[in-house]
Amino acid sequence: MASVTAEPIDTTIEVPGKRTPLVTGAHNYGTVTDAVCRLAECKTPLAWYVALGISASLMGMLFGLVGYLIITGVGVWGNRSPVFWGWPIVNFVFWVGIGHAGTLISAILFLFRQDWRTGINRAAEAMTIFAVICAGLFPGIHIGRVWLAYWLFPIPNQMAMWPNFRSPLLWDVFAVSTYATVSLLFWYMGMIPDLASLRDRAKGKIQQFAYGLFSLGWNGSSRHWHRYERAYLLLAALATPLVLSVHTIVSFDFAVSQLPGWHTTIFPPYFVAGAVFSGFAMVLTLMIPVRSICGIKDLLTDRHLENMTKVIIATGSMVGYAYAMEFFIAWYGGNRYETFAFINRAFGPYAWAYWIMVTCNVISPQLFWIKKIRTTPWMIFVVCIFVNIGMWFERFVITVTSLSRDFLPSSWGYFKPTIVDVLMLIGSFGLFMTLFLLFCKFLPMVAMAEVKSVMPRPHGKGDH
Amino acid sequence: MDRFLFPKWANTIVPVLGALGAVGVLYVIGMVAFGASPETTDVGYQPEQPLPFSHALHAGKLKLDCRYCHNTVEVAGHAAIPPTSTCLNCHSGADANGVVNTVAVHSTSAKLAPVRESQATGKSIQWRRVHDLPDYVYFNHSAHVRRGVSCVACHGRVDKMEKVTQVEPLSMGWCLKCHRNPEPNLRPPEFVTKLDWAPDGDPHEVGEKVREELNLNPSTNCSTCHR
Repeated sequence: MASVTAEPIDTTIEVPGKRTPLVTGAHNYGTVTDAVCRLAECKTPLAWYVALGISASLMGMLFGLVGYLIITGVGVWGNRSPVFWGWPIVNFVFWVGIGHAGTLISAILFLFRQDWRTGINRAAEAMTIFAVICAGLFPGIHIGRVWLAYWLFPIPNQMAMWPNFRSPLLWDVFAVSTYATVSLLFWYMGMIPDLASLRDRAKGKIQQFAYGLFSLGWNGSSRHWHRYERAYLLLAALATPLVLSVHTIVSFDFAVSQLPGWHTTIFPPYFVAGAVFSGFAMVLTLMIPVRSICGIKDLLTDRHLENMTKVIIATGSMVGYAYAMEFFIAWYGGNRYETFAFINRAFGPYAWAYWIMVTCNVISPQLFWIKKIRTTPWMIFVVCIFVNIGMWFERFVITVTSLSRDFLPSSWGYFKPTIVDVLMLIGSFGLFMTLFLLFCKFLPMVAMAEVKSVMPRPHGKGDH
Repeated sequence: MDRFLFPKWANTIVPVLGALGAVGVLYVIGMVAFGASPETTDVGYQPEQPLPFSHALHAGKLKLDCRYCHNTVEVAGHAAIPPTSTCLNCHSGADANGVVNTVAVHSTSAKLAPVRESQATGKSIQWRRVHDLPDYVYFNHSAHVRRGVSCVACHGRVDKMEKVTQVEPLSMGWCLKCHRNPEPNLRPPEFVTKLDWAPDGDPHEVGEKVREELNLNPSTNCSTCHR
């Protein structure tokens, strides 16, 4: 066991010639396991039940509304000609985007051998799964005839009919379902050693059986570990192009169309950057309170937060660059419809949405250049909330402003959401939070096995 | 060791899981086959009609041409069910004065009571439709009949049916199969109502000849049927 010398340490300070420890406090292997497993083992606090109650009610409301929608029809939303893609698609892109940070953290940062990912990857992957579930719901119910959704799959049938493989909406089906499956496998596989730890510590028979079942007889032999690490590397290498392609395909929903404001080749990388941007903001929004409440500040240090804010500056600046480039091309391209589309964004009836978006996405992440903001959790939290809002508005602005005023002035309109639109967005947060709270309670929130691999060996990087 | 590892007997679960997986695959294949099976698509549907009209008698024994009753079939999209007056051409009952036409056939038959009732009241006979396509399919009879697609190709040997039965699935896959490869079902248009007609020689070659003569290019795009 590592020796224990507790001295408070500020992990956000760079010490020349020395790497900052990723685990602070007087932690050794045993105490890390204790800190993470405690959450699943201790008596559940009342606050958890209250939070779950609220989230589950909102989730119930969402499913109720979905039922109402199916019975009544999609007209319960504010989608009207010419804006047929309203909030449901905005929410879809928003949630898919959120999901991308998880895979970025667990796969791309893994390929880059970024050890600081170990503290956050589990929660970020869980966030991916839950966000993809929320995302998958919206296109599913947006189609008007929900009961024919299976026509999207290439199944041999009596109609001799197959889906049209030219539509990016069909690619979405494959992209999102593949993404969901691979993320789930990746997340689950990464969790097996930790589930085994929970199994071994379980007091009750039921817990022991449940964790035993899901840890698939893991016993930590070197042969297990060897294959596990191979498989993890392969999955990371497969998940990396997947992250980039999934949001690219989502962006194709727009970029492949002919609409001024949508038909832009910058969309694929710009959407991916936006996805990472919003995803990281969401990870931070969740983890800043969670690490305090769950007492895992030592594993998820200020340094981790600071590193994530740096990713936010990078991707936020890419998004800002893309906004500028869209305007530049609108002017430079000399196409009057495209010029108009962008003037309309900034100064038309949706100017309010556009400027909210610019303020939140372009200006607020730049605050992270200031070290004080980057290293103060509550300030990071506030900025990240703004980023989340801004990124929802980005999708709103792209979808709605482009549709509401396009080629023919006779088919211009103004989109007004209905109460169902609003409540479904809120309800989707309920669904997300319900799943996330269940995750926090029953599964290891930090990848213990991975954190231990970046701690100092009985002598040797950590805060001791 | 106080941890819960899978005991030895758990190994026996593996073949069970494998078997379940195989069953799952079979299930999917089965469901697809079931969805496309003739039963699902109503082949063999044979409802009770309000009166026991026999195609076997009229078209088979009496050798009425199909177009005697279904007289719109060459000119209209819809192949008409004959009105009561067509029945009355032969089967008229007593008129208002109680006089029965001397050439009337079975003018008092109990089986024909619904026809006479329809004659007296002017209400239509409520025939039950056997071949019922959904209303989003715009099937056109004349387009097929005039191009040498025989009645028998889609309706079977109606001249041998006591009660009309659906013999083909009328599914989209079935329609498309013929639109993609029409030759086996084509014949010179003058023989379309000859249900027992068979080509001399290879049916495929006959069909090909008809196709060439009439310049037939059956379309398979959506707007052909789903207008």
